[in-house]
Amino acid sequence: MAVVQQGQNQGVAKLDSRPQGESLWMDAWRRLRRNRMAVLGLIIIITSVLVAAFAPQLAPKAYDKQVLADNNSAPRWVTQLFPSMRPRDEGGYVPINESYPIGADGLGRDLLSRIIFGTRVSLAVAFIGPLSAMLVGIPFGLVAGYLGGRADNFMMRIVDIMYAFPTLLLIILLMAFFRSSTAQNDPGTFAYELGRLDAAMGGMLFIAVGVGFTSWMGLARLVRGQILSVREKEYIEAARSMGVGTRGIMFRHMLPNILGPIVVAETLTIPTYISFEAFLSFIGLGVQAPTPSWGGMIAEGARNITSYPSQAIFPAVALFLIMFAFNFLGDGLRDALDPRMRGVD
Amino acid sequence: MAQFVAQRFLWLILVLFVVSAITFGLMRLVPGGPFATERGVPDTILRALEEKYNLTGTLIEQYAKWIGDIIVPRVTDDTFRPSAVNDYLINIRLDFIKADTDFRWMNFGPSLRIRSRTVNSIFEENLPISLQLGTAALMVAMAIGVPAGIIAALNRNTIYDYTGMGVAIIGVSIPVIIMGPLLQYLFGVQWHVLPVSGWGKPENVIMPAFALGFAQSALLARLTRASLLQVMNEDYIRTARAKGLSERVVVLFHALKNSLIPVVTVLGPLFAALLTGTFVTETIFGIPGMGRFFVTSVTNRDYPVIMGTILLYAGFLVLANMVVDITYAWLDPRIRY
Repeated sequence: MAVVQQGQNQGVAKLDSRPQGESLWMDAWRRLRRNRMAVLGLIIIITSVLVAAFAPQLAPKAYDKQVLADNNSAPRWVTQLFPSMRPRDEGGYVPINESYPIGADGLGRDLLSRIIFGTRVSLAVAFIGPLSAMLVGIPFGLVAGYLGGRADNFMMRIVDIMYAFPTLLLIILLMAFFRSSTAQNDPGTFAYELGRLDAAMGGMLFIAVGVGFTSWMGLARLVRGQILSVREKEYIEAARSMGVGTRGIMFRHMLPNILGPIVVAETLTIPTYISFEAFLSFIGLGVQAPTPSWGGMIAEGARNITSYPSQAIFPAVALFLIMFAFNFLGDGLRDALDPRMRGVD
Repeated sequence: MAQFVAQRFLWLILVLFVVSAITFGLMRLVPGGPFATERGVPDTILRALEEKYNLTGTLIEQYAKWIGDIIVPRVTDDTFRPSAVNDYLINIRLDFIKADTDFRWMNFGPSLRIRSRTVNSIFEENLPISLQLGTAALMVAMAIGVPAGIIAALNRNTIYDYTGMGVAIIGVSIPVIIMGPLLQYLFGVQWHVLPVSGWGKPENVIMPAFALGFAQSALLARLTRASLLQVMNEDYIRTARAKGLSERVVVLFHALKNSLIPVVTVLGPLFAALLTGTFVTETIFGIPGMGRFFVTSVTNRDYPVIMGTILLYAGFLVLANMVVDITYAWLDPRIRY
């Protein structure tokens, strides 16, 4: 109530929500720092952002340069780590070449450089995926929750229907839709420009958008539920009584107050987005060659798993690390942003 | 209750209708078609093909024809000749009414690319494989997840709890695309205990089912733990303890049943997730299920296969949720529709 009274005194309610909001986030940050696994996750994520940004400097070789003479070669330590890969000089079949830090793939490309550049794809999906899900999910949930009644009912039925779509199948379909409908357009049209942008990003754009557009329903439900719970709060009533418009109430007063659960939910969904990308690249509908993606690398490696397991296992470890990092960070964020939830879920 | 079931059933039909319409639209708005080849097809042949495979007329006419073939049942006499465009999933002999009469339902149409095969024949041969894999994975997920969650909850804040939940978070981070190659390497290449890939023998199921089910078992473990902890704080548990019941009876007969309600509610979406997850698993382990057909049919524009598969899986999804809702009402006497 104190907030409302103060707000009325000053005549502008939104001024007061700000310092309070900051203190909530500062508080959460303090709690997050105490969670060791979440900090570890954060460190892994920051490191991979740096790796993605400085990939050209970090990668020992060009990711797309094929040296066919060196195909499937590996340094000695890799053959020792995977005992089934017997080196050629010990009567096996694996050519030893120490100039590749973790070996070369079937086309003689440096695996380490490809993993380093592959960070870019996974991170792009990790950031664009939630962004496009939020772009659809947040306004949808906001409007449904705010309007209530029949409109809310109708909008939530749409969400229910979207839920009935098998996500993975819809993404595959969307990928085919995007690719072929932008491929055959005349230069200058919007679809053509989109297609060019996607090609310039190695196919990442459509993946991230497709994944986001098929995953917004959970977010819409969450936002709607949260809106319903804050809609009748005193500070909203106060804002309305002072003549704040609908849009102002939705975006200035409601949204900041429900941001916590949104951030948590999206952080915990990022691993799903990343694994969707990995899967799309795995079946050949993902990023376009020669752009390296961990999923695509695992797919190539899995084909030769009996002969060269290292080619599948190394990118799999990289993929695991980033997913693990986002999961732990999301878990930590949930505990930090909502202390009441700790230990319950 | 009967009204509730009827309502849900009507909803199922509406959902499938919308899903099929969206899929159809998405698929057909794209330029290019299933018969577009590099060399090009002579116009007359193309027209004959389009005529045969229901690709002429407006989109709405085509959609109506396609959905009509599926939902409208037919009663046929001995003049019925099965063919690629005349193949029904459900065929029931009605000899007791009249000789050579059959009740036929659900014609999903012919495959446009795999000549001489129909969508039904693909379903009949490949869907059981995907279903077997999905069911096996669900059993793995439940067999690991639920007991692990119970143990963690009963030993709250002990080393069992922490280890179990730590493993659960790691488990969630290991999708089948990582777990698959890892298991293949360890059990197939390194220790030679299980076949690396293939299908048909019982030992072929173990690795894919585990790879697919493990991540979901981690989710189930977390959910079971959380829900059991919540129930253990309820008043009626205190009452049961106050009555002097042993801890085992309290947990097994009072707490567990109610704590499993949230677990049951996720089983529907979980099975649906596992079923779509079989697509990935099948690709990794070389299993001849529905996955391979769907992916190639999308790149080939094999419309009937794409739409049939999506419709079927959407049907599974909605049906699974419906069953869950009904089970939910049955498990929790407080819920009444």
